[in-house]
Amino acid sequence: MTAQRDGTVPTLPRWTGLVPVGVLMVIIAFFATGLTKDPHALPTMMVDRPMPEFELQPLDAQMPNLTNDALRGGVTLVNVFGSWCVSCVAEHPMLMELNQSGLVTIHGVDWRDEAADGKAWLDRYGNPYTSVGLDADSRLAIDLGVTGAPETFLVDADGRVRYKQIGPITPEIWQETLAPLIEKLKADAQ
Amino acid sequence: MRLSAILFVLVLVFGGVIASAQEALDDPFSPEIEAEAREVGKSLRCVVCQNQSIEDSGAPLAADMRQLVRERLSQGDSPDQVRAYMTSRYGNFVLMKPPLQADTLLLWFGPLIFILLGAFGWFVYLRPRRGDLAPVEALSQDELERLSVLAPASRGE
Repeated sequence: MTAQRDGTVPTLPRWTGLVPVGVLMVIIAFFATGLTKDPHALPTMMVDRPMPEFELQPLDAQMPNLTNDALRGGVTLVNVFGSWCVSCVAEHPMLMELNQSGLVTIHGVDWRDEAADGKAWLDRYGNPYTSVGLDADSRLAIDLGVTGAPETFLVDADGRVRYKQIGPITPEIWQETLAPLIEKLKADAQ
Repeated sequence: MRLSAILFVLVLVFGGVIASAQEALDDPFSPEIEAEAREVGKSLRCVVCQNQSIEDSGAPLAADMRQLVRERLSQGDSPDQVRAYMTSRYGNFVLMKPPLQADTLLLWFGPLIFILLGAFGWFVYLRPRRGDLAPVEALSQDELERLSVLAPASRGE
């Protein structure tokens, strides 16, 4: 601050003392929202877009393969998993339960896997999927904007993606998000 | 000692062979496609390890994305078309350099705004002004005389 003509330093209005406090509040608010977000959760591009065209090979000759045809005519879940995926093991009992309840049809995309490994994994933990397709080179995964497993896409009767669940389906996510959405989609379809 | 020397020579001789064999297996594309794909790959973010481009990343998904970039380029897509495809799947996030558009204006011009704010603050409060300094009073007759003794060349102004 340079001296005035009379040698005194000019004083700022009193309220300017609050400026640093205000700036600090803005910074705190910025970090409070920014740091609580999951940086791995990418914005979903697929919602309300039709499922891409795909035709995936089955895990073995006895199992049905997975194409767009499987998704027509009803609300379905498409679950991206892999035998290498640890969280998928944690999610699996939930999928088994959902399949047994008959509330929704579940299809599996065995991502970046060997057919034999995927098959062995399903033999070991049980198979909740109506059909399973092998996506060894990530073609469908990239088409769907998948970044990790498990991810689950809720597809309506017209083959349109309506919701994407990143990470395992927990009982909470099922009850609070997926189940109400499926009910609504079923009601809309009728 | 001798064994390790032999192993060292073996690695020198065959290491290169193994490395080049692996590269040849991954890259069955023409050098032009390959060069173009590397440029495109450097501009695409790996969605698993988010601070790396797919060209630098060791993640399996990045490897599949690299392969897809090469295939699309060799099928006649332009680099921009490949980027547009990836953006349609993963959003702007997949681009290492965010595009200039309405919701990224703050990102691009935020630093400029802060520089302008700083310049404004400096201009208003800190700029040295003419007349800010206390005026120098003229020397008295006595002082002028002493000055002319000390520095005869000085005109005493």
